[in-house]
Amino acid sequence: MASKLTQSNRAGWAFALPGFGLIAAFIILPFFFAFGLSLTDQRLVSPNATQFVGLENYRDMLGLGLVTLEPERDEAGEIVRDEDGLPQYPRVRTITRSDEYPQYSGMGEWFSWSSGDTVKVVLASDVVFWRALANTLLFVLIVAPVQAACALGLALLINQRLRGINVFRALYFMPVVVSIVVVSLLWRFIYDGRDGLLNSMLGFLSFGAFEGHDWLGDPATALPAIMAMSIWQAVGFHMVIWLAGLQTISPTLYEAADIEGASKWQRFRYVTWPGLRNTAVLILIVITMQAFALFAQIDVMTNGGPLDSTQTLVFQAVERGYGRQDISGGSTISVVLFLLVLTISLIQRWLTRERK
Amino acid sequence: MKRLLMTSAALTAFGGAAMAQTEISMWYHGAGNQVESDILNGIVSDFNESQSDWTVTVESFPQASYNDSVVAAALAGNLPCIMDVDGPVMPNWAWSGYMQPLSIDEGLIEDFLPGTLGMWDGELYSVGLWDAAVALYARESTLEELGLRRPTLEEPWTGEEFMAALDAARDSGNYEYALDLGMNDQGEWYPYAFLPFLWSHGGSLVDRETYASAEGALNGEAGIEFGEWWQMLFEEGYAPGTSEDPADQTRGFIEGDFAFQWNGNWRAVATMEEVDDVIFLPAPDFGAGNFIGGGSWQFGVSASCPNPEGANAFIEFALQDEYLAAFSDGIGLIPATSSAAAMTENYAEGGPLAVFFDLSNDQARLRPVTPGYVVQSEIFTKAMADIANGADVIDTLDAAVDEIESDIEANQGYGHE
Repeated sequence: MASKLTQSNRAGWAFALPGFGLIAAFIILPFFFAFGLSLTDQRLVSPNATQFVGLENYRDMLGLGLVTLEPERDEAGEIVRDEDGLPQYPRVRTITRSDEYPQYSGMGEWFSWSSGDTVKVVLASDVVFWRALANTLLFVLIVAPVQAACALGLALLINQRLRGINVFRALYFMPVVVSIVVVSLLWRFIYDGRDGLLNSMLGFLSFGAFEGHDWLGDPATALPAIMAMSIWQAVGFHMVIWLAGLQTISPTLYEAADIEGASKWQRFRYVTWPGLRNTAVLILIVITMQAFALFAQIDVMTNGGPLDSTQTLVFQAVERGYGRQDISGGSTISVVLFLLVLTISLIQRWLTRERK
Repeated sequence: MKRLLMTSAALTAFGGAAMAQTEISMWYHGAGNQVESDILNGIVSDFNESQSDWTVTVESFPQASYNDSVVAAALAGNLPCIMDVDGPVMPNWAWSGYMQPLSIDEGLIEDFLPGTLGMWDGELYSVGLWDAAVALYARESTLEELGLRRPTLEEPWTGEEFMAALDAARDSGNYEYALDLGMNDQGEWYPYAFLPFLWSHGGSLVDRETYASAEGALNGEAGIEFGEWWQMLFEEGYAPGTSEDPADQTRGFIEGDFAFQWNGNWRAVATMEEVDDVIFLPAPDFGAGNFIGGGSWQFGVSASCPNPEGANAFIEFALQDEYLAAFSDGIGLIPATSSAAAMTENYAEGGPLAVFFDLSNDQARLRPVTPGYVVQSEIFTKAMADIANGADVIDTLDAAVDEIESDIEANQGYGHE
C-alpha cells in the first residue's frame, strides 16, 4: 500500500524522528511499563523479588460491595431509637471486621443512603481511589465548560481594535507564564482562613458582615476553591487559541452580516460560532486532558485533604508510588486513568465529528 | 592491552608515591543551612588533615528531597559511601540492602543517648551526633496567671490536669487558641510528635512484638480513646487544625496567641530570644506513661561503599564530644552524650535547655523500628489529619489498620520473624 507516508518521504520521517522518538521513549514506553507493573507487586524499595499477581491490584482497587443495615431492635422487636427518634444502626465495622462476611473484609464505607427503615451502604475496598475518581470527574465536568466559556469571552473582548488592547492581552495571559507551583502558593495565601486576601476583600465589600471562611480547610469549599483558581490560571492560554480561531474568520462575512442587518447576537450565533467549530473541538479536548491531570495545585495547596475532598487520580498515583512505595498500585491508577481519558476523548471526537 | 596494563600500573605507582588519598563520598540533608554546613565542613577538613588514607567529600541536599534522592540513587546504583539517614527510616534502607552495619569501636558509643543509636536486626547501622526532643512550650507567667501546678519529669501533668490547663487557658479569653500542635506540617512531624500521645493512652501504631499486624493496637480501646480525645481538641476549638497558616504557627506562641505549644527543641533558642519566661514542660501522662519521640538524623554507611573502613573511620572521628557540642551550640540540638552536653551553652548543668537532655534520656521512645515504618508513618499522618477534620474516629482507625496490614502483607512481613 503505497501512500504519501512511505513514498520518497525520507526527509519527512527524519524531521518527525526527534518528536516521535521522544514521545516513544517518555510516553509510550512508560505506559507499557505501567501496564506491566500493574500486574505485579512491584515496590519502590524492597529486597523481595517482584511477583506476577495478575489482576489482583485492579480487584483491590475497584472492588465494591452493597450491604443493607437493619436497624437495631430490642427484645420486643421494636426499633431502638435515639432521643431524636432516629433508628439506631449497627456500625459498618460489625460487618467488615467479622469472620462471617469474609467477602467484605478490608472494605470501608464509601457512602450510604437510607431507604425506609434500613440503610444501604456502598462499601469499597479502596475508598480513597473512588473518592479521587469522583473528585477528578467533577473537576473535569465543571472546569472544561467554564474555562472554555470564560476563555471565549475574554477572546471576544480583546479581539477589538482598541488603543492599548495589547496590554490587556498580556495581562490575561500572564498567569499562564507563571509556574503553577508559584500560583498555587500565592492562592494559598489568598484563601487563608484567618487573614487571607479573599476574606479581607469579602469582609470589606460586605462592610464587615462577612466573618471569614477557611476556604481550603472546609471539605465543602476546598475543591471549588481549587477549581476557581485553576480556571483563572489557564484561561489565558485557551483565550489565545480562541483568538487565533477568531482571526481566521473572514471579515467579509461580518460585512455581509451587517448588510443583512444582523444583530450582535446573530452575528455571533451565525458567523462567529460556526467559524470557531474546529477551535472549539480542540479546546474542549485539550482542557479535558489537562483537567484530568490535576496534580500540582493539590500537592501544594491541600495534599488531598481535608477528608479526601481534594484527592485526585494523578495525586493518588504519585502518593502511592512514592509515598507508600507501592509502584504497582500507582501504575494501576495510571492505567485506569489512561483508559478513562482515552474513552472520553473518543466519545468527544465522535460527538463533535463532521456530520455529512 | 599491554599498554593499558602499563598505564594502570603507572597510575598505581603514582598514587602510592604522591600519597593520594582515597576519596570517600558523603551525602548530607542540610543544604541551605549555613551554620550546619560550616560545622560539618569543619569536621570533614579536620578528618582529612588528621590522617593520610582518606579524603571525605560532602554533597548537601535540601531536607525535603533528601530521602527521594537516596532512593533514586540506590535504584540507579549511585549511592555515596557515607550517608545521612533519619532514624526511623534507617530500618527500611537496611532491609532494602542499601546500608551495611557499622564497625566502630563500641566503647565510643557507650554513653550515647538511646535515641541516637540506630539498631536493626541486632546490629548497629547508624549513629547520631545528636537527638531531638519535643516539649510543651509555656510561659511561667501563664502558669501563674491560670493558677496551674508546674509539672516536672517526676510528676508530669495527668491527662485531666492537662485538659484542665487547656480549659483554664481557653476560659481566660486571653488566647486565640489554648494549644498549638503544628498541624500545618503534614510530614514526619505528625508521627514524631503525636505518636507519643497514642502511646500515653496505651495504644500503638503497630504491634511492636511481631510488627506483623496493627489490629487492636491502633484501633483497640486505647487507640479509639486517643482518637476521640484527638478529635475533641479540634472540635472544641482548643487547637488550630490542618489548614493553619505556617507563619501563624511559627509566630503564634511568641506573640501570645497560643497559651501552650507542642514544639521541638530546634525552635527553643529562637523562642528564648523573644520570650523571656518560656519554660519547657514534659509531655502529659494519659495513664500509660509519658513519652516523646526519639531518633533524629544519623550517619551510616552504604552497602555499596568500596571503602567501608574509611567511612567507619570518619564516623568514629565525628563522634568526638567537641563536634557533638559544636552541632548543639550551632543549631540547638541535644548532644548525644552528657560529657558533650557539659561543654555546651544550653545543655550544660543548669543551662536553659538542660531539661531537654533529661526529657530525651527519660521519655524518648523510638518510633516503630521496622522497614514498614516509612509507609505506616504516612498512613498515620493521614488518619490524624482526617480525624482532626471530623472523620469518624473508629472508621478512620479501622481503615488505617487495614492499610497498614495490607502493606505488611504485600511486603511479605518486612523481614520480621
